[in-house]
Amino acid sequence: MPITHANGVTTMTLKRVLQKTALGAALMGTALTASAQEYTIGVTVPAAEHGWTAGLSWWAQQATEELAEKHPDVNFTVLSANSGTAQVANVEDLMIRNLDALVILPYNPATLQAVISEAYEEGIYTVVVDRELETPAQNVFIAGDNPGLGEQAARYIAEELGGEGNILVLEGPPIPINSQRVDAFNRVMENYPGINILASQNTDWNAQQALSVTEDLLGSNPEVDAIWAGDDDVLVAALQAIEENNRDDIQLVVGGGGSQRVIEMIRSDHPIVKGTVTYPPSMIASAIALAVHGVKGERLGDMYHGVPSRMILAADLITADNVEEYFEPDAAY
Amino acid sequence: MSPLSQRTTPLAQRFRNLPISGAILAPLLALIVLFVISSLASEYFLNTRNLSNVLRQVSYTGIIAIGMTFVIIAGGIDLSVGSMLALVGVVVLYVLNTITDPFQAVILAMLAALVGGALLGLFNGLLVTRGRIAAFVVTLATMSIFRSLALYFTDAAEVSTRNPLFQGVGGGFVLGLPIPVWTFFALAVVSHVVLFHTAYGRHVCAVGANAQVARYSGIRVERVVLSTFLIAGVCVGLSAIMLTSRLNSVSPSDAGYFFELDAIAAVVIGGTALSGGRGTVWGTVIGALILGIINNMLNLTGVSPYLQGLVKGAVILLAVLLQYKRAP
Repeated sequence: MPITHANGVTTMTLKRVLQKTALGAALMGTALTASAQEYTIGVTVPAAEHGWTAGLSWWAQQATEELAEKHPDVNFTVLSANSGTAQVANVEDLMIRNLDALVILPYNPATLQAVISEAYEEGIYTVVVDRELETPAQNVFIAGDNPGLGEQAARYIAEELGGEGNILVLEGPPIPINSQRVDAFNRVMENYPGINILASQNTDWNAQQALSVTEDLLGSNPEVDAIWAGDDDVLVAALQAIEENNRDDIQLVVGGGGSQRVIEMIRSDHPIVKGTVTYPPSMIASAIALAVHGVKGERLGDMYHGVPSRMILAADLITADNVEEYFEPDAAY
Repeated sequence: MSPLSQRTTPLAQRFRNLPISGAILAPLLALIVLFVISSLASEYFLNTRNLSNVLRQVSYTGIIAIGMTFVIIAGGIDLSVGSMLALVGVVVLYVLNTITDPFQAVILAMLAALVGGALLGLFNGLLVTRGRIAAFVVTLATMSIFRSLALYFTDAAEVSTRNPLFQGVGGGFVLGLPIPVWTFFALAVVSHVVLFHTAYGRHVCAVGANAQVARYSGIRVERVVLSTFLIAGVCVGLSAIMLTSRLNSVSPSDAGYFFELDAIAAVVIGGTALSGGRGTVWGTVIGALILGIINNMLNLTGVSPYLQGLVKGAVILLAVLLQYKRAP
């Protein structure tokens, strides 16, 4: 489990708000009296305009609250940006606060390259998440396993179908992350000559787009056994299209990402939604934790070395067998 | 504006007759109040590096907002500026990466940006004047067309350059201020002079106030409208140079995203009437600064990212309410 969320479930209530303010007051108190070393960590992520990015914001907030309790000498600021240019301004503004560490999931890497390099060269401990820079400018790079996501999904579908059947693939936009997932998926499927990929289409990982693409694909393909959606929001939209068209030929729908909505479906034994593969937005939480340990020069657990420079989180297949492990009812994704 | 101005109260009349400095009084006061609040809210706000950051962040949309001021005063609107910036940016990076001599490449890329912006602005302007289509509709369409072309030419991928000189343009400093900021202020001064101290500027205002009357007074209305879109295009080209060189790259899906809204907001906060006919360049500059300071202050104080849009929207409404309260 890549999740730092160890000390149980929190409820989004007034109690939480009170805790927050109490914590804020406590922090201010320590800021005034502390003689111990103070660290400032800035976090910036893309704005919550999609299920996955909403999860990202939620996990960033969650992790900073939990870590601030465990590490009273660390201050956190979390910002989000609705474009790469806005995120450049985020980083510039964060750097003004004498940052010790920067945790960033770049909206788009080339746009952010210059400003991340500036931060890194100034000696700010830099953790880049999910989207790799062309010219490395970071202490740590942490990401999910995109090829692994495609592989796991392909193996599961092939096994569930017994190596025989027609499938549709709902892809993401033409960006490297998507091609890594889809290429790995197709590589595995090459070993199963009985599996026939009828179509592989771009949905932009957008629910509305996914709905109309799936409708079109279902219309032109009367015999479909399984659908793989490289993203869980897309899966939910595809499911709607399947239900509206009364397509009972489809036996299996597999997603990607690991959203709570899909996990909930798997948990309640959904007739066709039986699996998804993790690509956890909680990676931002681990990234923030890495920044805390990195900036303090601490080791992780029993490791004999400091924080590693690259970290790839496993892509885990979630099915009815292990779904409880991934159930996090409060999470936004 | 003419049927309205007949009904205006003497008080409003008096406001309208004030010299230019009076027209920007409300936005200027708003800016000062915001500045004071920001310096109290965050200890980092008055940090010189922060102030120069804010100015640089403002300059990209500010430059475009100045072009937009011409278009809006002449009674038009340009929604395509953000997409145009992306398309021009793609052209800039293409020129940079095609020409081997780094110095030549930078000069030609900058020229290409200005010419490219001018041509796209001309395209908008011709559709409005010759095609007789409303500016809102024309630029709504070209907003989609320009963005789509930028995505098509690059396969939606970001393009970056290894040109060693380019980053010095938008990332460089002169006399302690970033180059984009100098460009923004120089453009503001020139635009102010053109708009208020030349016959052309008076024609722009006259066309926006009442195109029919302007036509009867012998002003070539179509040509004036066309020229405002051309100016907006050149401003977009200038902004594209500054932004792409600062970032040393362009993202076709992201560059200029929502810039049209920020530019229009800056113009409106600055007191220019969306209905055309009157407005000031300095008001627009102040409007852009207000927007930039809000963004900066929210980031510095770490306001919840979910609430930032609300604060920004509220300040825009407040600034505009303060100005329009006097008009019945």
